[in-house]
Amino acid sequence: MTTDHQQLIVGIGAGARELATEDMILNIGPQHPSTHGVLRLRITLDGERIQTAEPIVGYMHRGAEKLFEVRDFRQIIVLANRHDWLSAFANELGVVLAVERMLGMEVPERAVWARTLLAELNRVLNHLMFLGSYPIEMGAITPIFYAFREREEIQRVMEEISGGRMHYMFNRVGGLKEDLPAGWLGRTRHAVSDVRSRMGDIRNLIAGNEIFHARTRGVGVLSREQILQYGVSGPIARAAGVDFDLRRDEPYLAYGELTVPVVTRKEGDCLARFECLLDQVYVSLDLADACLDRLERLPQGPINQRLPKILKVPEGHTYAWTENPLGINGYYLVSRGEKTPWRLKLRSASYNNIQVLAEILPGNLVADMIAILGSMFFVVGDIDK
Amino acid sequence: MKCTTEGIAGFGCDPWWLIGGKALVIFVFLVLTVLLSMWVERRVIGRMQLRIGPNRCGPFGLLQGLADGVKLALKEDIVPAGVDKVVFWLAPVVSAVPAFISFIIIPFGPTVSIFGHQTQLQGTDLPVAVLLVLAMSSMGIYGIVLAGWSSMSPYSLLGGLRSSAQMISYEIAMSLSFVAVFMFAGSMSTSQIVAGQQHIWYGVLLLPSFLIYIITMMGESNRIPFDLPEGEGELVGGFHTEYSSLKFAMFFLAEYINLATLSALATTLFLGGWHAPPPITTIWAGANSGWWPVLWFLIKIWAFIFFFIWLRGSLPRVRYDQLMKLGWKVLMPISLGWILLVATIRTASREGLNQTQLLIYGGITIAVVLVGSFAWDLVATSGRQVDPYAEPERATAAEPAQGGFPVPPLDLPHYHGVLPETAARKEVSSGTH
Repeated sequence: MTTDHQQLIVGIGAGARELATEDMILNIGPQHPSTHGVLRLRITLDGERIQTAEPIVGYMHRGAEKLFEVRDFRQIIVLANRHDWLSAFANELGVVLAVERMLGMEVPERAVWARTLLAELNRVLNHLMFLGSYPIEMGAITPIFYAFREREEIQRVMEEISGGRMHYMFNRVGGLKEDLPAGWLGRTRHAVSDVRSRMGDIRNLIAGNEIFHARTRGVGVLSREQILQYGVSGPIARAAGVDFDLRRDEPYLAYGELTVPVVTRKEGDCLARFECLLDQVYVSLDLADACLDRLERLPQGPINQRLPKILKVPEGHTYAWTENPLGINGYYLVSRGEKTPWRLKLRSASYNNIQVLAEILPGNLVADMIAILGSMFFVVGDIDK
Repeated sequence: MKCTTEGIAGFGCDPWWLIGGKALVIFVFLVLTVLLSMWVERRVIGRMQLRIGPNRCGPFGLLQGLADGVKLALKEDIVPAGVDKVVFWLAPVVSAVPAFISFIIIPFGPTVSIFGHQTQLQGTDLPVAVLLVLAMSSMGIYGIVLAGWSSMSPYSLLGGLRSSAQMISYEIAMSLSFVAVFMFAGSMSTSQIVAGQQHIWYGVLLLPSFLIYIITMMGESNRIPFDLPEGEGELVGGFHTEYSSLKFAMFFLAEYINLATLSALATTLFLGGWHAPPPITTIWAGANSGWWPVLWFLIKIWAFIFFFIWLRGSLPRVRYDQLMKLGWKVLMPISLGWILLVATIRTASREGLNQTQLLIYGGITIAVVLVGSFAWDLVATSGRQVDPYAEPERATAAEPAQGGFPVPPLDLPHYHGVLPETAARKEVSSGTH
């Protein structure tokens, strides 16, 4: 930087020292409307163009991993579902899958299908949130209300079953907390079809808008190499043509019996990421319908396993990963046969996804930064854990 | 000076109480319009966003604007440390005062009788009345720029800078859109321009000018889709990030008055001012006399304000450079070309050129230009630039760490050749510089 200034001064001559421009350092966040919480970006600006960008994380660090080590396996679930508060159900899944795998526990078939259904509904909820909040960052204030109307439909059925609207705490080691209420499947089917029928509103309102396209097309392009280097996953990776989805490629729950269409785009820009998210909602709604079909046909039976009073996981280690709405969520569980894990490493999607910001932000305008930041679909709790 | 009731000469001949009364009425009208348009905006946007909007203060929530105003006025007035106090105080005033002044030349109606005095329903008129509006809106920008500069905050500074650049470029296109109107009306006085639209509105006659004005007026109003100076998602509050209490209220007031002024100007220049809309005049001859024109005028103004609100409810924000590109590379050349065309046609018809000949030649020219531009568009935007993405390249198997848990290799490409342990970890300081 200093050498550039020197050259400029030599070129222009005396008095140029006053004319030489200085880069401005701008701290975006930790309190900024576009960071959805407390992400901080330290960016160097030349005019409105970003020279360097450094994501500074940790303002919301709650020591989740350390807390896991002093909670027993039933209590961990409630901690684990909080780091990404928009995909609570999916977060719970990773923990119980890891524990069940270590225990060698077989989960009743109804529980498996109900989990799959709830995971997909949770995915819809999560995606709708970002489909609403991303346009807000671009200045379009209406789509979020459309998105929230749809969210409400699904949240209603989720609330009916679990009592929670965000942190469901409906998973248990060995199944689900309670059986599904009578008539719930019908109401869920109704909610799913309502949401599907009205998704076109959001699409028409924002996805085809020329200004929106101008803001997002070709902006913040992620390359395949960058995605592989940084471990970017989820819709962001798929928008750049990385055709990888655990639901299809390493099925867990009942995904093995379902055909999971993987939504991909090739462009890797903000628009592609948004479109990926939008199309994934349709896929998830279809999967939810398939789960509902199956659940209606399944005979009555238990929805969970009886657990011993003290749940000890045998010695060993395992890595359970799930395709969370925002990307790959992994729990590396190391047990020494105690009732608490010796170590439970959490690999959260957003943490990896936002690291790549340092690569793609430089060279863009401040306005593009907002477009890129919003299209990285992160939850700050998921970054800071 | 001989006093008449018609034309520009008629202004300034009113008794003092009438002049004072007009100024007062305009002031009250503006303040009420601001309060009402805030309420309308929130209710209409509420409807568009599947919610109700304010309905608690007063009947239908009509007093919400007043309540908000009182709340703003009673809030703590924060002056951040290190600001340039004089300019920081002056900026909101510089922003609000010109907004009020512009409205003085807007004609509300024709000549009416007030307590026996024949007077025109208009604050005053000048031979260069429309230029006064342009001058005042330029003055208002000083308020925004100075606010951004004096706040000593990077967000405010960027907001102020954006605003100056945006306003300058849009003001030029806006002025150009007026030129065709001036040519047809033969005057820059607003009352003359309205009088010139007795038979046909300039919005119909000069449609391209009208469309350009509508776009530039969105740019001038600092609202979605051109609200870059305050662009919330990016610059927090833009130029008014550091403002609070009454000083913030003044910016707010200025913004909404500008909304009314721009709408009134659009009505005056392009929609026939206070003239009744066409179907009404054919069935009712008296629609353009007495106090009725005030109603037509208000209806037109509110139609524009509704249009603004509608846009806010449906559009995202454009990017700064796209805004500039639109202003300089699209609106200005089109404006210039259109003015040239209008001038040519008017001169040609004055020279007595055959009307049909003119139409044919003009039509051919326009067709060629349109076809050319469409062709250019097709060529320029043919196919989204798809990056030919490389074949899936298997990441080279990482050397598993000797025993223990796997760790990533230290020569991964995204370290850019700098080993993490050698890269200096420097503490990030707070502050702006």
